[in-house]
Amino acid sequence: MIRELVIISGKGGTGKTSVAASLAYLAKDKVIADCDVDAADMHLVLQPETIETHEFGGGLKASIQKDLCTSCGECLDYCRFDAISDDFIVDPIACEGCGVCAHFCPTMAIEMKPHVSGKWFVSDTRHGPFVHARLGIAEGNSGKLVTLIKKKAREIAAEKIFGLVIVDGSPGTGCPVIATMSGAAVALIVTEPTVSGIHDLKRVYELACHFNVKTAVCVNKADINPDVAAEISAFCAGKGIPVICSIPYDMDVTRAQIAGTSVVEYSDGPAATEIRKLWDEVQHALS
Amino acid sequence: MNIAISSGKGGTGKTTIAMSLASCYARNGMDVALLDCDVEEPNVNLFLKAEIEKTETISVLVPHVDETRCNGCGECERICAFSAIVIVKGKPLLFTDMCHSCGGCYHVCPERAIEEIEKPIGVIETGSRDGIVYSGGKLTIGEAMSPPLIRKVKRCHPDSENRILDSPPGTSCPAVEAMKDSDFVVLVTEPTPFGLNDLTLAAGAVRALGIPFGVVINRADIGDKSILDEYQKLGYNLIASIPHSREIAEAYSRGDCVSLILKHHRAEIEKIASYAERYNRSLTRI
Repeated sequence: MIRELVIISGKGGTGKTSVAASLAYLAKDKVIADCDVDAADMHLVLQPETIETHEFGGGLKASIQKDLCTSCGECLDYCRFDAISDDFIVDPIACEGCGVCAHFCPTMAIEMKPHVSGKWFVSDTRHGPFVHARLGIAEGNSGKLVTLIKKKAREIAAEKIFGLVIVDGSPGTGCPVIATMSGAAVALIVTEPTVSGIHDLKRVYELACHFNVKTAVCVNKADINPDVAAEISAFCAGKGIPVICSIPYDMDVTRAQIAGTSVVEYSDGPAATEIRKLWDEVQHALS
Repeated sequence: MNIAISSGKGGTGKTTIAMSLASCYARNGMDVALLDCDVEEPNVNLFLKAEIEKTETISVLVPHVDETRCNGCGECERICAFSAIVIVKGKPLLFTDMCHSCGGCYHVCPERAIEEIEKPIGVIETGSRDGIVYSGGKLTIGEAMSPPLIRKVKRCHPDSENRILDSPPGTSCPAVEAMKDSDFVVLVTEPTPFGLNDLTLAAGAVRALGIPFGVVINRADIGDKSILDEYQKLGYNLIASIPHSREIAEAYSRGDCVSLILKHHRAEIEKIASYAERYNRSLTRI
């Protein structure tokens, strides 16, 4: 059976990718997936050799054919996204691709054209197969792209008879995070002992509950504020969420990133030591 | 003017910079509104600590089918680009989480069997403190689409002379929705490979929107010099930088870093304000 470990945080910048990259090194027989598709960073650590590149067709965009348009203005009335200007030009960033304008245009002057909204890749890395993507600038449909990447990662795992997919998620609680969470065995929530860290931990935990995903918490930069760290422990104890790791603030995490490697490969310092223990706990949570 | 504080990477210090900038305006006796557009993880008020005076529920329109009128023709399913309405055994089945509120099904139904009803997706909280008026959106957990709520937050306090918008991270629709139509975007980054990579993506998004921007480097001394050199090479306008300090990080963790930043780095925050002022389209409102 293939099990998916997803790493999420709610708040950005708590250390999801650093933790995920370390687990990618420590775990055997797994596929790695970067689902933070609009600000992907995992490739900077894994330094992939790309084997396959695919276009991601995220949807359709309206296009008005000038020669057929009579400037009647029907489309302006129908468009709910203010995507058509008064001189009948479609703003591709605002267009949601709903096609309502095209359907109701009396002269059939509007065409819905397929639109490439990103690329996705299958790569080889020193830690195994890696599926990742690059969403085009200012594009939507990140949820669909996440679903596609996870599907591909599972397929590769099935082919190679690997039992694990490690998924680096995106911050927030919206569409890409929901897509990331779907079907996960365990969501590892990386948080930090700050007022925003705990606030966002609570929200993303609630999201995991909403989708019936088992959670575990990792507190990063744990020594920045012992009081808030204790508050996180108390919250987790109250909800029955295991706090499986406390990583101290350690400049080696940044140094490893600059060196283009994971902290467990880079150092035997305090952060690396705790992340090694984290991997034992994660295996336990996955079993 | 409208200044959006944004970044590709999360956790670089958007909220800290947004708060510091707003406090700076307020201390200078200027009219300022702070709008939390990071509706998936709204953190501004953890720092501002404004008492909430008003909470407004925000809804989007989704279809509702009158089954006595529906004859199962399937026109609604055919027009829906988002698979939010499908015909099962001759009856429409709704998936309102997928609905983009385009109104296609409502307009197309030949039997007029579809009406649009309001579906709550979150709230906007409003308050004020220390001369800063505040409104922030909070997306309901489980809701996938934040842009409609962000759009509503952006309409708050339209008459404030200075509106500072704290944006969500990333470069996709929520971030774009928050930044769109601002006069100026401040991109906050940090000198690490992740910070650099995500800054270039965010800068691409701001350029696609045709908005002038400047870069603030936070924790400017944590990376190494080669990365700062990379920033120079990109040719972006570096308008301010704030060094790393354990003291500020600890104060941040308690939710009170702003006074410390203004104590030690007020000149840098003032630089952001005066740089942004060059792009003030005066009476333009979003």
